[in-house]
Amino acid sequence: MRNRLPPPKRSALMTSSSIRPASDYPPGGDAFRHRHLLGIAPLTPWEISYILDAAEEWVEMNRSGAAKHDDRLAGLTIINAFFENSTRTLLSFEIAGKRLGADVVNMHAAQSSVKKGETLIDTAMTLNAMRADAIVIRHASSGAVQLIADKVDCPVLNAGDGRHEHPTQALLDALTIRRRKGRVEGLTIAICGDVLHSRVARSNILALTLLGNEVRVVAPPTLTPPAMERMHVATFTDMDEGLKDADVVMMLRLQNERMDGAYLPSAREYHALYGLTPARLDKAKPDAIVMHPGPMNRGVEIDSSIADDPERSTITEQVEMGVAVRMACLDILTRRKRGVPGWN
Amino acid sequence: MELNPLVITNARLLGGDSVTVLAVAGSISAINPSDLPDGAETVDAKGQWIAPGIVDLGVFATDKPAFHFGGITRAALMPDGAHPLDHPGMVERAAKGGKPDLWVHPLAAATKGLEGKELAEIALMKSAGARAVATGRRRIADAGVMRRVLSYAAALGLTVIAHAEDEGLTHGAVATDGEMATRLGLASAPAIAEAMAVARDLMLVEETGAPLHFRQLSTARALDLVREAKARGLPVTCGITPAHLFLSDTAVGDFRTFARLSPPLRSEDDRLACLAGVADGTIDILASGHDPRGPEDKRLPFAEALPGMAGAETLLAMGLQLVRDGHVTPARLFDLLAANPARLLGIDAGRIETGLDADLILVDEGTPWQVDAKKMAAWAGNTPFDGMPVQGRATAMWKGGVRIR
Repeated sequence: MRNRLPPPKRSALMTSSSIRPASDYPPGGDAFRHRHLLGIAPLTPWEISYILDAAEEWVEMNRSGAAKHDDRLAGLTIINAFFENSTRTLLSFEIAGKRLGADVVNMHAAQSSVKKGETLIDTAMTLNAMRADAIVIRHASSGAVQLIADKVDCPVLNAGDGRHEHPTQALLDALTIRRRKGRVEGLTIAICGDVLHSRVARSNILALTLLGNEVRVVAPPTLTPPAMERMHVATFTDMDEGLKDADVVMMLRLQNERMDGAYLPSAREYHALYGLTPARLDKAKPDAIVMHPGPMNRGVEIDSSIADDPERSTITEQVEMGVAVRMACLDILTRRKRGVPGWN
Repeated sequence: MELNPLVITNARLLGGDSVTVLAVAGSISAINPSDLPDGAETVDAKGQWIAPGIVDLGVFATDKPAFHFGGITRAALMPDGAHPLDHPGMVERAAKGGKPDLWVHPLAAATKGLEGKELAEIALMKSAGARAVATGRRRIADAGVMRRVLSYAAALGLTVIAHAEDEGLTHGAVATDGEMATRLGLASAPAIAEAMAVARDLMLVEETGAPLHFRQLSTARALDLVREAKARGLPVTCGITPAHLFLSDTAVGDFRTFARLSPPLRSEDDRLACLAGVADGTIDILASGHDPRGPEDKRLPFAEALPGMAGAETLLAMGLQLVRDGHVTPARLFDLLAANPARLLGIDAGRIETGLDADLILVDEGTPWQVDAKKMAAWAGNTPFDGMPVQGRATAMWKGGVRIR
């Protein structure tokens, strides 16, 4: 069950890992022509590239020692409205906002009036009335972030909506690949696991195919979305076959509730067929890297020996890139508001 | 109240020959009468079409302003409500809900509480005014119950109106399997869920000989099954709404909840098969599926929004588009909109013939207008056709010879 795709097209902008000069991009706001970051789908390759280049600079600053601070967002208020539980993404956005000097406020759904029956639109209007300068939203329902974005006056960043998109995750994954592999094009990338329910998988498929990689999906048939060929990816149910000669192995988290018999018989059977073991990883290229958006189910989708191998695993690096990418996104999306020349 | 005779002159009968229609005492008494009675109220149609008032089979609300706008004189009310129409008293009240300017024909719930388990009091509801039996928004999952409903209703001379979606395959789904659902990250079900439900029920029709109508079919496979069953002479009919004839699942892009329907919008191939089904006579009825939903039900994330569309106002205009596109003749359009649903309900209406109630509309078939969700007559503007330029509307309407608008 594998459909061969034609070789990926090369994109002129993605040939080097070095930071390109601004003159490589359209001037001013034309380099990123979006009010919000709702998904990867509306982006062009050079817009993705632009964010990655911007993020590289924040990686430098974040690594530069004690003073991890840049006050360009001083005085701006960023609301992290998380209608679905999250620790890592919320923390990452909070740190990103604070390192840029913004006032960051977190709203957790569990403590909010959302549980009291207030509609999402009403919540959005409330956040808007508090004059936020950017809102970061996570919601359990596909399309919920766009619904809010249509109602508020400030930039909205999608931190994950249902099984639709998680654009900052795809951007940080692309940055991680680019730094490890020197490029993020012309690679063979296998995305493995519960693709059906994964927004991370959707955003990554969009971003990585757009940048000119061969993307494969390796998943049990019960967790493979329909019409994958229309997303320009090849699907595999056999993991050994799907990993063959891959440059990047991207694992997805398997939610515990998928293992109750409806989609999968058990965790141990999943591990037997789709767990990433050293033997399976040997099918991939010798220098293949292993990625995981976290949090990991060690012993289910990934063996500890791989997760803890710094040569192979990029898992902590992904977390680091996450902060830098989110700083870049917050910076770029608030430029209009801050009156940065050329961004009107 | 004494009703003056009504004379409508210079009207094109179903878009054909110019005729004069005379109605006396609320009934059509002559077409092209040789002499006109004294004191008649005369209306010059100025070349507009004259057609029977639309009989809308399967609406979810008695929404008079929308029906009046749409030229609908009779509405068959689905049993789904806060309190299902599963009791004779409820049916009787619903039947009176349209007086005096709209006929409401309640459809009796097939099972108590529409739960698909126990037979409802179908005979008593028939006495109270129910014109057919309906399974509601869902099908009856239990084939044994469905079989008993079919044979029981058939003995009472009532047609069963069924929903056709296999509940196992469609559990939790809000869209049809395909590229759009995958890109949007919406839970989806394969289109065959409809054909599977149709196949089961056709077997039961064959077994019981009971008449069955599928309220909405939307896939090529299901229509093939019905086409083949009709060829074998089974008493089966099916209907559709304009949404499945003019929109495919690309309309749910951008998470447009007004395009969240039940059954969900299908692929373009299925849409074209539906148009072919209308053209070749497989599809018998065109209905609005009128289901007005306010922002509390629609201004939500896609999967949380409730399905349904306000369709009464656009039904005629979309039907006329079928004529302009060459899929049906004007006469066939009004079979789909009026004569066929009236026959299913067992009411003598839906045609322009002497002796029938003067339920008439004048149709300006060509004038363009634009559908605007914010300016709808319906109590909610959840139309999937928002912004679409359309042509044709009802300009006048009579129920029993009384001018409604």
